[in-house]
Amino acid sequence: MYRYIVNRVLLVIPTLIGAAALVFVLMRLIPGDICVVRLGSGGGNIDPRAVAACHAELGLDRPLILQFLDFIWGFFRLDFGISMWSGKPVAEEIAARLPISLEIAVLATVVAILIAIPLGTISALKQNSWIDHVVRTTAIAGIATPSFWLGIIAILVVLDLSHALFGAPWMPPIDYVPFWQDPLRNLSMAILPALTVGYRYAAVTMRMTRSAMLEVLREDYIRTARAKGLVERLIINRHALKNALLPVITLIGIEFAFLIGGLVVTEQVFNLNGVGRLFVLAVQNQDYTLTQALVMLTVAIFVFANLAVDLLYAWLDPRIRFG
Amino acid sequence: MIRKSGLAAAALGAALCAATVASAMSSDSPKHGGTLTYMIPADAPPSLDGHRETTYATVHAAAPFYSVLIRANPDNPSSPTDFVCDLCTEMPTPTDDGKTYTFQIRQGVKFHDGSPLTAADVAASWQEIIHPRDGVSSARESYFIMVDKVEAPDATTVVFRLKFATSAFLPSLADPFAWIYKKEILDKDPHWFEKNIMGSGPFKFAGYEIGQSIKGVRNPDYYHQGQPYLDGFVGIFAAKQAVRVDAIRADRAAMEFRGLPPSARDELVKELGDKISVQTSDWNCGNLVTPNHLRKPFDDVRVRRALALAIDSWHGAPALAKIATVHTVGGIVFPGSPLAASKEELQQLAGFWPDIGKSREEARRLLKEANAEGLKFELMNRNVDQPYKYVGTWLIDEWSKIGLKVTQRVLPTGPFFDALRHGTFDVTVDFNCEGVVNPLMDIGKFLPHSVFAENYGGYDDQKEVNLYQAILHETDFARQRAMIREFEKYVLDTQAHMLMTPWWNRIVPYRSYVKGWKISPSHYVNQDLGNVWLDQ
Amino acid sequence: MVDLAPACAPTAVDDTGESPRSRTGIIDFCRRQPLGTVGLMLVMVMAAAGLAADWIAPYSPTENDFAVMMEPPSWAHLMGTDAFGRDLFSRIVFGARTALIVGFSCAIIGGIAGLVLGVASAYFGGRIDLILQRVLDVVMAFPLIIMALAVIAIFGSGVYNVIVAITIPLIPRCARVVRSSALAIREVPYIDAARACGFGHTRIIIYHMVPNVLAPFLIMLTAFVGQAILAEASLSYLGLGVQEPTAAWGLMLQGGAEEYASTAPWIAVFPGLAIALTVFGFSLFGDALRDAIDPKLRDR
Repeated sequence: MYRYIVNRVLLVIPTLIGAAALVFVLMRLIPGDICVVRLGSGGGNIDPRAVAACHAELGLDRPLILQFLDFIWGFFRLDFGISMWSGKPVAEEIAARLPISLEIAVLATVVAILIAIPLGTISALKQNSWIDHVVRTTAIAGIATPSFWLGIIAILVVLDLSHALFGAPWMPPIDYVPFWQDPLRNLSMAILPALTVGYRYAAVTMRMTRSAMLEVLREDYIRTARAKGLVERLIINRHALKNALLPVITLIGIEFAFLIGGLVVTEQVFNLNGVGRLFVLAVQNQDYTLTQALVMLTVAIFVFANLAVDLLYAWLDPRIRFG
Repeated sequence: MIRKSGLAAAALGAALCAATVASAMSSDSPKHGGTLTYMIPADAPPSLDGHRETTYATVHAAAPFYSVLIRANPDNPSSPTDFVCDLCTEMPTPTDDGKTYTFQIRQGVKFHDGSPLTAADVAASWQEIIHPRDGVSSARESYFIMVDKVEAPDATTVVFRLKFATSAFLPSLADPFAWIYKKEILDKDPHWFEKNIMGSGPFKFAGYEIGQSIKGVRNPDYYHQGQPYLDGFVGIFAAKQAVRVDAIRADRAAMEFRGLPPSARDELVKELGDKISVQTSDWNCGNLVTPNHLRKPFDDVRVRRALALAIDSWHGAPALAKIATVHTVGGIVFPGSPLAASKEELQQLAGFWPDIGKSREEARRLLKEANAEGLKFELMNRNVDQPYKYVGTWLIDEWSKIGLKVTQRVLPTGPFFDALRHGTFDVTVDFNCEGVVNPLMDIGKFLPHSVFAENYGGYDDQKEVNLYQAILHETDFARQRAMIREFEKYVLDTQAHMLMTPWWNRIVPYRSYVKGWKISPSHYVNQDLGNVWLDQ
Repeated sequence: MVDLAPACAPTAVDDTGESPRSRTGIIDFCRRQPLGTVGLMLVMVMAAAGLAADWIAPYSPTENDFAVMMEPPSWAHLMGTDAFGRDLFSRIVFGARTALIVGFSCAIIGGIAGLVLGVASAYFGGRIDLILQRVLDVVMAFPLIIMALAVIAIFGSGVYNVIVAITIPLIPRCARVVRSSALAIREVPYIDAARACGFGHTRIIIYHMVPNVLAPFLIMLTAFVGQAILAEASLSYLGLGVQEPTAAWGLMLQGGAEEYASTAPWIAVFPGLAIALTVFGFSLFGDALRDAIDPKLRDR
C-alpha cells in the first residue's frame, strides 16, 4: 500500500514539470511583446528605449534557459514572481481573485450534488419510464447548451422578469463583497453563475449516477437482497447507493478540477473578478509570470484531485490495500 | 474663406461636430452630494501612471485624482480650440514670435497630503513628459518635439520655450494624461506613481481593488470653488459590453465613459425611456486600411488605388452607423476641425467619389492594368468587436464587388502589434486614435515609418515628409489649410498610401440623473469629474 | 506438428462471444431506444442541411445587404436577418457545414490519435505506458483556453487552426478511456495465444485489441463531436474561433448574444438552438448506442 502511495505521489512531479515546460514554451511561442502591448495599445508612439528598459525590468532580456530555471526554482520555493503587466506580486493578484472563483465552484458543486444524486438514482430505478426520459433529456440539454449562452439568457430573463414584476429591472451586483461583509449581496452575486455552472455539472453527475446505479442494481448481491425480502428503500440506501457512489465521487472530484476551465467563460459573462478572467487576461497580455503561475495552479489542482481519487480507490480496493 | 478667428473656428467646430448635448444641463444649478458609480470598459490598466500609459483605462480610473496645467473646457469639451486653465491663472499669449509661453500658477493649491503645489512641481512633471530621464518612459514625447525647454524661474511661474512656433503646441499641452505630480516624489522615485496616487485633483484616493474597482472621495480643499459636487465616485472595471449595458439598465452603474454601440443605445432607450439620456459625438479615432508596400502587389499604386476606389463610404457609413460605432465620412483630419475637408473637397479623392459605379469601374480597370484581377489576400484585423471587426466584414464585402477574394485574419492585441511591427501582413486594418483634437499632430500617422514610428505601411516618401514639415511650420491658417488639402490628396489619392474608413462615433448613454458631464471627441478628455453632479 | 492456425485466426469478438451487429437491427434499436432515435434524426437533419447547403440556402451566407438589416423572421427571411442584412437561415444552414466539419474532424482525428496512443500504452505497458501517461496527463490538465489561445496566437485564426486547438485536449481523454478498456483485454488468454503464434505487435493491436475497445470508443466519438462544437462556440465567444464573414454557429452566437440579445433576439436564438439541438442529438444518440451495446445496461 505504501509503495503504491509513494509511487503515485512521485509521479506527480514529472507531470508538474512537464506542464511547466509546456506553458513556458507555449507562451514564448506566441508572437508579440508585453512591453510593446503595455506601452502602445493606446495607439501612441512607442519609444524603443522605453521598450528596452521594460525588457530589462522584467528580465526578458536574459537567456531562455535562465528564465526557465528561475521559474521552476521559484515555483518550488512557492515564490511565483511578479506579474509582468501590473508589477504586483503574482500571489497577490491571484489571492485577490481566488475567493469569488472558489465560492462559485463550491456552490456549483453543492447544487450539482443536491440535484444530481437524487435525480440520477430515481432515473436508474425507473429506467425507461417517462421520468427517466425527462430527467435524461434535461441532463443532456444541460450538457448541450453553451454555458455562456445560458448565462446571458439567465441575466436577461432576470432583468425582464424583475422589470415586469417589480417595475424596476434587477441585476446581480457587479462588484464583489466578501461573504462575511454582506452575505446577502455576496450570495446574490454568486447564485446565478453558480446555477449556470452547476446545471452542467449536475447534468454530468446525474448521468454518471444513473449509469453507476444501473450497473450496481444488476449485481447479484442486490438480487439476493431482494430475494431475501429486504425493503426496497433499505436496499437502495444501504447497499446500492454506497457502491454506486464511488465512481460518482470520482467524477465529482475530476469535474471540480475541470471547473476552472468552465469558470473562464462564466466569469466573462457575469463580470466576476475571478481566476478564470485573470487567466484570459494574463494570456492576452502575454504576462508570462502570471500565466505560468495560473497554469501551474490549475494543473496542480487537477493533479492533486486525481491523486486523491486514486488514493481513495487504493484504500478501498483490498487488493492494493493489503497486497 | 475661413478667417483665422477664434470665435469663428469655435463656432464652426461646434457646428461640424455632431454633438447632441442635453440643453437642460446648463440651466439647472448643481446639487451637492451623492456617489457616482460608473464602469471602466477594460480589465485593470497596467499602471496608474498617466505619463507612462496610453490606455483610457488609466485615465478613467485615475484622472479624478489629479490636476493638469491646461485642459479642454469642461463645459465645452467638444470644441477643438476652447482650452482653459486648470492650474494656471489665465491662458497666456505667446511671446517671442510665438516661441515662448509663460504660465502663472494658482496660489494656494495643495496636494492631497497637505503640501503646497508650486511651479516647481508643474515644471518637474512636464520635464518628465517632454524629456524623461533614462529608465523613465513617457508615452508622449513625440507630441512635444517642438519644445526646447520647460523651466520654473520662481514658485508661481512656468515657462515653455519652443524651438519653433506652431499652433500644435497648445492642444498638445492640454493632454489629459499630463498629470501634475509632486516633485519631491518624482525626484525620489519616478516609478512611484505607477502603483500609487498622490494628486491635487477634485477627488482623493480612497481605495483600489485589483481588477475590481477604484474609489475616490471628495477633496474638500479643491481650488475650483464649489467643486467637486459629488461626495465620491466608484469606478468598476467591466470589460464585457453586455455586462455594462445590463448594469446601466439595472442601475448598478450610471454610465461608462468610452462609448457603446448603437444596439446598446437602442436597447437602453427602449427599456428605460426618459430615464436614459444619450450624448453623441464624432470621435477623434478612426480605422484606416494600411496595405503593406513591401508585399506584392501592394507596392503597385494602381492596386492600392483600386482598393480605395472599391469602397462605398457614402452609403456604407449610414448603414454601418446603425450597427457599429462609426458615423462620419471624412478625410485625414478630424471632421469637426476647421482644417477638415468639406464634402465637395472630399469627393475629389479616390474612395470618396459620389458615383460608386464609376468608381468601381475605374478600380477594375486599374486592377486589370496591374494584372491583379481576382486578387486573393488576407486582411489582418485586431480582435476587438467594435468597430474593428464590423469594419473588416464590411470591407471584405466591398472588395468582393470588384472581384477580390479576401479572407480575414484576426489576432489578439499582442500578436497584432507584433505582426504590424514585423510587417507580416498583406493588408491590415489599422487605427489612429488620438486625444485632444490636434490635426497637425494627428496626421503624423500617415508619415513614413522613418519619421513616425507608428506607421506600418513599409514605405518611404520624402515628398510627403517635406509637405508635412511645411504644414507644421506654417502659421497662416488659410495657407495651412490649403497645404493640408494637398497633403491629403497626395496620401489618400495620388499614392493611396493608406485608406480611410468612416470616423468613429462616440455614443454615451447614461442615466438621466447624471448632470454636468459633456461629451467630447476624445474619450480621454474631461474625465476628472469635477463638474459632474447627480440630480437625485 | 499441431496446426495452431485456427486458434490464431483473427476474429473480432467481444467478451460475451457475440458480434454486436447481429444483436440489434436498426428497427430494434428504434423501438428500444426512442430517445436515441430522436437523436439520430436530429443529427441526420443537421448533416443533410450542411451537405445540401448550396441548394437549400435561399441567399448567400456572406453577402451584406444593408437594406434589410436586423429584420425579424418573415416569409422572405425565415429566421430574420443579422446586423449586416445577411439571411440568418442561409447562415445557419452553411453553419451546419462548418459545425460538422469542425465537430467530425476534431472527433475523428482526436479519437484516432487517442485510440492509437491508448491501445499502444496499454499493450506495451512498462516504461512506455508510464511516459505516455505522464505526457497525456500534462496535456489533459492543461486548460483548453490556454492551449487554444496559444495555437490561435501562433498560427492565426481560421477553421484549421481551430480544429487543431480543439483536437489537442480531446486526445488524452480518449486515450485514457481506451487504455482502461484495453488494459482489461490485454490479460485475456487469446492475446497471449496470439503472441505465442508469433504475430507482430501491429497485427495483434489492430486485429485483437482495437475491435474490443471499439464500443466505448465509438460512444466517445459521438460525445466528442458535441464537445467540439461547444468548444468552438466558447472559443468564438472569446473571439478566438472562426472569423467573419464565415458562417459558423459559435461566431453568430457571439455577435448576437453580445449586442442584440434584447433588440433582435432571433440573431442569437437560432444559432444557439442549432448548437444545442445538434449537440443534444449527438448526446442522445451516443447514450442510446451505449445502452444498446453494453449488455450490462440493457433491460432485464
